Amino acid sequence: MTTAQYELNVRRIREDFPIFREPVNGKSLVYLDNAATTQKPQAVLDAIMRFYTKECANIHRGVHYLSERATESYETSRDKIRRFINAASVQEIVFVRGATEAINLVAQSYGRTHVRPGDEVLISAMEHHSNIVPWQLLCEEKGAWLRIVPMDGNGELLFEHYERLLNPKTRMVAVTNVSNSLGTINPVREIIRLAHERNVPVLVDGAQAVQHMRMDVQELDCDFLAFSGHKMYGPTGIGVLYGKERLLAAMPPYQGGGDMISSVTFEKTLYNRLPYKFEAGTPNVAGGIGLGAAVDYLQSIGMDSIFAYERDLMDYGAQVLGELEELRIIGTAKEKASVLSFILEGIHPHDIGTILDREGIAIRTGHHCTQPVMEFFGIPATARASLGLYNTRDDIDALVAGIRKVKEVFR
Amino acid sequence: MADLRDLYQEVILDHHKKPRNFHKLENANRRADGYNPLCGDKLSVYMQVENGVIRDIGFVGAGCAISTASASMMTESLKGKTEAEAKAVFERFHELVTNHSGSQPDPAALGKLAVFSGVREYPVRVKCATLAWHTMHAALEGNKETVATE
Repeated sequence: MTTAQYELNVRRIREDFPIFREPVNGKSLVYLDNAATTQKPQAVLDAIMRFYTKECANIHRGVHYLSERATESYETSRDKIRRFINAASVQEIVFVRGATEAINLVAQSYGRTHVRPGDEVLISAMEHHSNIVPWQLLCEEKGAWLRIVPMDGNGELLFEHYERLLNPKTRMVAVTNVSNSLGTINPVREIIRLAHERNVPVLVDGAQAVQHMRMDVQELDCDFLAFSGHKMYGPTGIGVLYGKERLLAAMPPYQGGGDMISSVTFEKTLYNRLPYKFEAGTPNVAGGIGLGAAVDYLQSIGMDSIFAYERDLMDYGAQVLGELEELRIIGTAKEKASVLSFILEGIHPHDIGTILDREGIAIRTGHHCTQPVMEFFGIPATARASLGLYNTRDDIDALVAGIRKVKEVFR
Repeated sequence: MADLRDLYQEVILDHHKKPRNFHKLENANRRADGYNPLCGDKLSVYMQVENGVIRDIGFVGAGCAISTASASMMTESLKGKTEAEAKAVFERFHELVTNHSGSQPDPAALGKLAVFSGVREYPVRVKCATLAWHTMHAALEGNKETVATE
């Protein structure tokens, strides 16, 4: 497909997102902060509204009409998500608040069961704080070691170091599929293959991946996959932990409460079957339904088309940003997705962000919850433009014009 | 660009490019570190205080234009001031950059520092403008405690 055809589709796609009809600082919105959160299409907003206006009830317990409707909508969403990532069974789809909670669940449930003093948990140098801190907490509690796979100046993992770091004490590998601050796409398939040769399970942080590329957990053979709804055009407060049934079944509950039990007496509680064992309390029903609508929306466009389109747009962005003097792109891996992090000589990212904001351009500035990455590059922060399926070359051109304005102010 | 110029005034850009008193003080007897984890701005403020008077003041660190210029202009305005005067200027400065009630603090009382009045229109940048001041304040307070225990 040619770029022109993609452009045509994107014009129509933009009309699905009501936020683009809202002016920002008197300008039309140029939204380039998609790695933080994405905007929501009308279909997602409608699904949430429909739940609250037509079928609001608690799920899994009512015998009445509305409760049945709500339960069906919620569980239909779970199956949509199962198909979206090609999981074998809906029992492997656990609804959580977001990727952060998914990782904490695995660290606290699987991790506390399997990690012993002196053991090791292996993560990469480019992890988001949410895939560092839960493992640090676990290692502190268990007297285990957190090991870090280093990266090079392009933001690519040093694979031979990974191979060397894998050892008989490694109990878990947790790695991001796509780096939120650098955009690097990590070779997760190879990472998983090597870990499995040593019987080490792998958690993939998919928070920056599932909205950009096709995900097939069976093909990938990951043991756990964590992702957030709000970064894939769904609502906030809902996310997913995928786990292999065999592993989830053997894991103790993460939280106790209603819905996660099959019977309770003061002497003994029997836990509910999967995935409900991990879903204590009334869940975010509207969020789950909204996420199902987001999955429908993504699949109506097609993940392969989205990946190709965004890849083309990112390459264009890297090219035109690269032509600007005194601008340096941070994160230049060969395989990248949708993130353009940069710094400008002599101008702090916060000043860049403020001036771009006046132009209606939303980017993220700061350390992006990856302080170790900033430390590695010897910088306090970057400015980050991150792309979504509704962005266009016009957005990139607006960004470039905005950066020229920044330089003009600071001349 | 008129409204941006309210924030990024020439004086501020000048102090950002050429920060004054941008050095450690060898003979400092007051010192504190400031850190804004949100944006990664880090700076250290050094003072030499004699008989309650700030004889010399300097700073080092890295931050955005607003935080660097604010630190630079702070050092210029506080040199020779008493500790009590310094704290009073801090209060007036803080009011200048945060005040949304509409009551204008007397710009004359702040002198050159009045150029930071544009910051109040950018709430997320208030922390940038006040980081050096909070650090200066901590340096005065912190060392006082040390002195008191000796």
